[in-house]
Amino acid sequence: MTLSEQLGIKVEPKATGPGIAPEALQERLVLDNIHAYFDKFQAINGISLNIHGKQVTAIIGPSGAGKSTLLRCINRMHEEVTGGRVTGRILLDGEDILAKSADPVLVRRRVGMVFQKPNPFPTMSVLENVVAGWRLNRFFKNKLDLQDKAEQALRKAALWDEVKEKLHQPGTALSGGQQQRLCIARALAVEPEVLLMDEPCSALDPIATFAIEDLMRELSQELTIVIVTHNMQQAARVSHRTAFMMGNAQRAGELVEYGLTHQVFTNPKDERTEAYITGRFG
Amino acid sequence: MATQQEEKAQTVRTPSSGFTGRVRRSKEAVNPGDRVFYNVTRLLALGVVVLALLLVMELFHGAWESIQKFGLGFLVGTTWDPVAEQFGTLPTIIGTLVKSALALLIAVPISIGSAIYLALYAPKFLRTPLSYLVESLAAIPSVIFGMWGLFILVVYVVRPLQIWLKAHLGWIPLFSGPAVYGVGVLAAALMLAVMIAPIITAISRDMIRSVPRSQMEGMLALGATKWEAVRMVVLPYARTGIIGAVILGLGRAVGETMAVTMVGGNAFKLLTSLFDPVHSMASQIASEFAEAATSLYVSSLIYVGLVLFGITIIISILAQLLIWRLSKGRVAVLD
Amino acid sequence: MDRVATACMALCTLVTVAMLAVILGYVVIRGITSINWAFFTALPKPVGETGGGIANAIVGTLIIVGMGALLAVPIGVGAAVFVNEFNSRKLRRLVRFIADVLTGVPSIVVGLFVYTMVVTSIGGFSAFAGALAYAIIMIPIILISAHEALRLVPSSLREAALALGVPRWRVILSVVLPTSRRALTTGLVLATARAVGETAPMIFTSFGNAFWNWNIFKPMATVPLVIYRYATGPYDDWHRQAWAASFVLVVVVLLASLFTRLLLRGKYED
Repeated sequence: MTLSEQLGIKVEPKATGPGIAPEALQERLVLDNIHAYFDKFQAINGISLNIHGKQVTAIIGPSGAGKSTLLRCINRMHEEVTGGRVTGRILLDGEDILAKSADPVLVRRRVGMVFQKPNPFPTMSVLENVVAGWRLNRFFKNKLDLQDKAEQALRKAALWDEVKEKLHQPGTALSGGQQQRLCIARALAVEPEVLLMDEPCSALDPIATFAIEDLMRELSQELTIVIVTHNMQQAARVSHRTAFMMGNAQRAGELVEYGLTHQVFTNPKDERTEAYITGRFG
Repeated sequence: MATQQEEKAQTVRTPSSGFTGRVRRSKEAVNPGDRVFYNVTRLLALGVVVLALLLVMELFHGAWESIQKFGLGFLVGTTWDPVAEQFGTLPTIIGTLVKSALALLIAVPISIGSAIYLALYAPKFLRTPLSYLVESLAAIPSVIFGMWGLFILVVYVVRPLQIWLKAHLGWIPLFSGPAVYGVGVLAAALMLAVMIAPIITAISRDMIRSVPRSQMEGMLALGATKWEAVRMVVLPYARTGIIGAVILGLGRAVGETMAVTMVGGNAFKLLTSLFDPVHSMASQIASEFAEAATSLYVSSLIYVGLVLFGITIIISILAQLLIWRLSKGRVAVLD
Repeated sequence: MDRVATACMALCTLVTVAMLAVILGYVVIRGITSINWAFFTALPKPVGETGGGIANAIVGTLIIVGMGALLAVPIGVGAAVFVNEFNSRKLRRLVRFIADVLTGVPSIVVGLFVYTMVVTSIGGFSAFAGALAYAIIMIPIILISAHEALRLVPSSLREAALALGVPRWRVILSVVLPTSRRALTTGLVLATARAVGETAPMIFTSFGNAFWNWNIFKPMATVPLVIYRYATGPYDDWHRQAWAASFVLVVVVLLASLFTRLLLRGKYED
């Protein structure tokens, strides 16, 4: 019995994911020697990672490994926390988005994020939530355009049919799974190139989870998606590549292994990866 | 080519998600809108500080003549004679403190009880109208309380009450002295209690409502009754806010002028009984300022104002310390 | 035990509400009979004569309170925004400490302060001084309630907006402030109500005026001061007018409170 069969993981390499066109295989997002700190405490130690465009890349690892912190470095949210500091470079299509001259605000329009707990704006309706990124950035033209924009984004997020009658109800009136898809639609409306997802399904029930996983596969045809997840089966189901992180002796996160998902799960190169995947820890 | 953000910020433990709530801004904001906004708001914040400093300075300036003449003896002096130019404020200090403390004693239990009821117990359809009514009471100007106090409370409630108390419990020193005036410490305390209760209630209610429902639900899920859940989880969580509300109430009571001037009686004497008509510091300043002819008289009144200011600052600092210590405890529980 | 507690608390609420009813009741009973058109539009009669109205006092109050709020809101809310949204630790502690202390400052002391600073330098009582006094009273209350309101906005909302690539100042103005508008407005109402009722500082600042006055640098009449002077005066007719003026004041204040409540209903209730 192979390792993956032991784990009950059915990995069908090319069959699950959409086909990957060769030209999408450029290295879209390059993390170069990233160190991240909270004041004096080092959370991430020297991680370099090449994330491929128009694919889903999963980051897995035990709690406290710094996975979410790494994610938040990419859209420069880490600096928004008290004591947050990042060193290194992150190249998005060749541009270093961590540079001093780079405006975090502009970075975040190209790199969107969906959070663990759905967080629709409570004072806004469903419609207003979806287009919030546009309106707050003053990109709106007129009401009709907004409505179109919202419909587009909601369709992409596979939510349109469920909410088209409820567009003017408060965003918080939807169910958990719907709220999360609303947040995804909201992130998509700004038309980012990269979408970061920080354990997006951990607060959701299994049915909602599968809906979002389907969504991820579809979206990855146009977007680069990076997802942090605790759920290994999920990583195996949706991602093309997987990175495994672990805290070192000083509790700073390090990259242990990174490769094609199929390979990482069936034939891990590092014994720590194997230990984690087989559930010996974490 | 890295982004170094140097801040002497609080140390923060690192939960796995990395975010603990205090979002901060670096001094080198790249976005111009952010920079402008930061500086404008900082200016406004500094303005508040400057205002406070100015307040203290001006008061000292105004009181200087009297401070020079009487020094700290002013605080324990018991003579107030404009003709002989002898001034002292001990009786008014005592009057102020007694009236306010009594008012708190009466108001706090009722206010907090109401706050809990309004926040958690009242039937849904009643909550909004009742809350509105309580807040309306807070909105009523103090001079109207004063009027009502003078013409109604004193005449129909306090006077008869005092006469009854004197008849039955007159042997207690607190109830000695002429009971028929009506205006006096008791009237003022009752008046103040009615005035500060709605403030304490309204703010406490908001504090209690801000406790996340998950806190109480967690307790209920463990099998606690509603009252137990409130007592053990909700109230401690909201404790800082409630104490803040009470302090706001106390501050209002100490500084209240008009209502106290109208029903507190305005005699300069050492308080010996609840029935005495005794000045509070505020009522003395209000009553005598217009007639103060000499500069020493005016300066002494401002000195009284300074003392009043000092007392309110001490109350505020005590409150802050209390809240600070309590909130430390609270944070430990929550984390 | 549970039921005893509930009963006690319900009783407390009843007592509070009953007080409101009693006070309002008397104000209405004693005041309403004197309300007529003349009362609103006439000026006070000379001392000793009966009749007359409080028109100038009504307008005066509106002007002075309006000016005061105009000064207090930007300062109070702006400072609260700085304290909560930006991480200047020392300044935050200091500003919040000062605001907390300032709320305790008796209004009469504020009146004295404005008197020594402004009235003596301008050389006379003025509505402007009165507005300053009101502003000083209102700023700490607005600041504190705004600060608490902003604190209650969950950080996940700020995160969500920031992650959409919205600059910080816009996040504050377009997401954080609107989310907290309910509590912000409650704070404003409480601050204004408190200020309007403060007669004491007016004794030293705007002083009062028996005639029409549109010049903000001259004394101006305010309703609360009129009430005080009439109530403590010797004439029964003055007492009658004081009740009537109280009635007017109460109605206005309660209407304002109701108005803001309705305004606050916004789109979504908590």
